[in-house]
Amino acid sequence: MNAQLDGVDEPADRKREERREFHSYVCGIGLALLLTVVPFALVHWFPAIPRFSLLILIGAFALVQMLVHFRFFLHIGFKQKREDLQLLLFSGLLLTIMVGGTIWIMASLALRMAMPGQP
Amino acid sequence: MSQDVMKHPGLNLGPAHGSDDDAAQGMIFGFWVFLMSDAILFGMVFATYVTSLSTHALAGGPGPHDLYNIKSVFIETLLLLASSFTFGMASLALKYKHGKARLVGWMLVTLVLGLGFLGFELHDIFGMFAKGGVPSRSGFLSAFFDLVPLHGLHVTAGCVWLICLVGQIARYGLDTKTKLGIMRLALFWHFLDIIWIAIFTVVYLGGLA
Repeated sequence: MNAQLDGVDEPADRKREERREFHSYVCGIGLALLLTVVPFALVHWFPAIPRFSLLILIGAFALVQMLVHFRFFLHIGFKQKREDLQLLLFSGLLLTIMVGGTIWIMASLALRMAMPGQP
Repeated sequence: MSQDVMKHPGLNLGPAHGSDDDAAQGMIFGFWVFLMSDAILFGMVFATYVTSLSTHALAGGPGPHDLYNIKSVFIETLLLLASSFTFGMASLALKYKHGKARLVGWMLVTLVLGLGFLGFELHDIFGMFAKGGVPSRSGFLSAFFDLVPLHGLHVTAGCVWLICLVGQIARYGLDTKTKLGIMRLALFWHFLDIIWIAIFTVVYLGGLA
């Protein structure tokens, strides 16, 4: 079985695939670096930006960086043999409901009890 | 070939590895299920942290601006990101059979970067202790020490696992079990870097913004 497959798997093809996958990692770390440096710089050097917009901005950078990591380091794509992507999306949905719901309920509770300074 | 359909998350070994590639599919899907449940655990700890950010939860104790050090967090972020990349290089060395020396070399570089990250994190934590930021001081600090060291413990577990795998390579060579171990640790390592993105954004940058 192995010999048969090796026939299909030409050394030149493997070299090309290796170069492509190496470039994918380089691309991933490049994008991740950019998406890390910008929010740090924003928080460190631009304190004049209103806090709320700053939080939205760095949150957006973090979300995009997570997608970059999932794509280039974990190699999640739309063509998976198993339900890897579906599981990831479902976990994302659960997290949104549970984390978002918790924060919403606790913030609302704090407001009703007139506690200052709750996010 | 592997560009068409991925058998599992992470770098696929491909047909050149024969039966090891077939064995990977089910084993790594199981590990992926574990990682997703771990993500839910982290999510709930994040929710606890965010709900502990009120002035009441600070209880008059030191807050984010008194305790966090953005430079140190930036260095930790870069170390972890670099270690994710070097583990990627180890995965490539495994897949394309560059030899054990190169594989173990990249793994050891990853280990050093991971230990460097842990060193900086411990330095941060002791710095916080010195400023009176101990877990028992306030609800906010309890939540902080629930979240950030939980990630640190995961990284520590990853480092221990990495050392075990290097031992496994030395003792048994690159057999199916060792290969699958390296591939699962790769997923774990990249996953921890993703959790760290959430930590530096929500905890540190969000706290200092």
